[in-house]
Amino acid sequence: MKITVNGEPRELTGEVSLFELLGRLDLPTERIAIELNREVVRRKDWPNINVSDTDRIEIVHFVDGG
Amino acid sequence: MTNGRYSRQILFREIGAEGQRRLADSRVLVVGAGALGSAHAETLARAGVGFLRVVDRDFVEFSNLQRQTLYSESDALERLPKAVAAKNRLAAINSDIATEAVVADINHTNVESLLADVDLAVDGTDNFQIRYLLNDAAVKLGKPWVYGAAVSSYGTTMTVIPGETPCLRCIFEEIPAAGSAPTCDTAGVIQAIIASVSAVQTTESMKLLIGKTDALHGSLMQIDIWRNDWRKIRLGGPNEDCECCAKRKFEFLEARDREIFTALCGRDAVQIRPPNADSIDLPALAERLRPLGEVKSNAYLVRFAADGYEITVFADARAIIKGTDDPSIARGVYSRFIGS
Repeated sequence: MKITVNGEPRELTGEVSLFELLGRLDLPTERIAIELNREVVRRKDWPNINVSDTDRIEIVHFVDGG
Repeated sequence: MTNGRYSRQILFREIGAEGQRRLADSRVLVVGAGALGSAHAETLARAGVGFLRVVDRDFVEFSNLQRQTLYSESDALERLPKAVAAKNRLAAINSDIATEAVVADINHTNVESLLADVDLAVDGTDNFQIRYLLNDAAVKLGKPWVYGAAVSSYGTTMTVIPGETPCLRCIFEEIPAAGSAPTCDTAGVIQAIIASVSAVQTTESMKLLIGKTDALHGSLMQIDIWRNDWRKIRLGGPNEDCECCAKRKFEFLEARDREIFTALCGRDAVQIRPPNADSIDLPALAERLRPLGEVKSNAYLVRFAADGYEITVFADARAIIKGTDDPSIARGVYSRFIGS
């Protein structure tokens, strides 16, 4: 399936939850927020929601420092 | 407002004369006067926000000057507390407005009183602990606050209006472990991302102050100024399970034990807050330390160098011990030279 992550096209095979997607993309699972098709997804739901074809995902980091 | 100082801002239709009057009647807490806090305070002072309270626990050093735009070399040479140097500079920029410098560590004992008589707080701190504390206090008191942080070439910001938008804990439920995120001391930072994040934060603040809430960005926004990336996550409403804004549990305000040590990450320094003292006689301390090592002092602090450590003591009895990142060593140095 073809999805878009942070504006970049990605190809995925098989069933993948949002949580597993982070591992596949080599992204940290802490200090981030995820938006799926313009809706924020709560952290507790990340393992239960599977990524579907044409999904648009945005990942924003929780930044310290200033 | 008779000298045309704000004329270009008033010409901007979204603000206008009425918006300018509202800014003049507004009160803002600037939390932290480092890089972001400098940028916030300068922008809001130039814009004519009537009262700015600037709180910071640190003093100016040369390594600050690349990005902390309120400060000059003389502030670093004099080792002025940042809040004091900020107030001096803000007064020179705009004598129309009132400013207050608070040289203190923001913690659960003082955050509510610092916030109680302002319209909103704008975040210029450098650590998650204070951001969660500020979120608790802002939600408890029903005050808006504007989160913002920057490191390397990227930064994130979000505007919190208690009861209307998600609060920080709606989105980031648990405070990240200490040392888990890159900081300016480990990953560096360029001034341009500070300016960018501050630009969004201060504009959001001005919209809130003049009641133009329709123009708020309503998102968790991430900017990477080097990679030319500007992205937003739409936030929607508050999380109905949020420990802070839904259940009104303010665990960061309810810290039972007074935290004594704060390692100033990446700076090879530890801040010590003595559990039993809120003030110290600085001239007497300087006199007492003089036979033991090199002492320099100004009206706000005493700086003392001995045994490879550099100890800066503030009038509220706090000290920053430079030369170690080990709290127990720092505690020992404090006890030995300042008292237990």
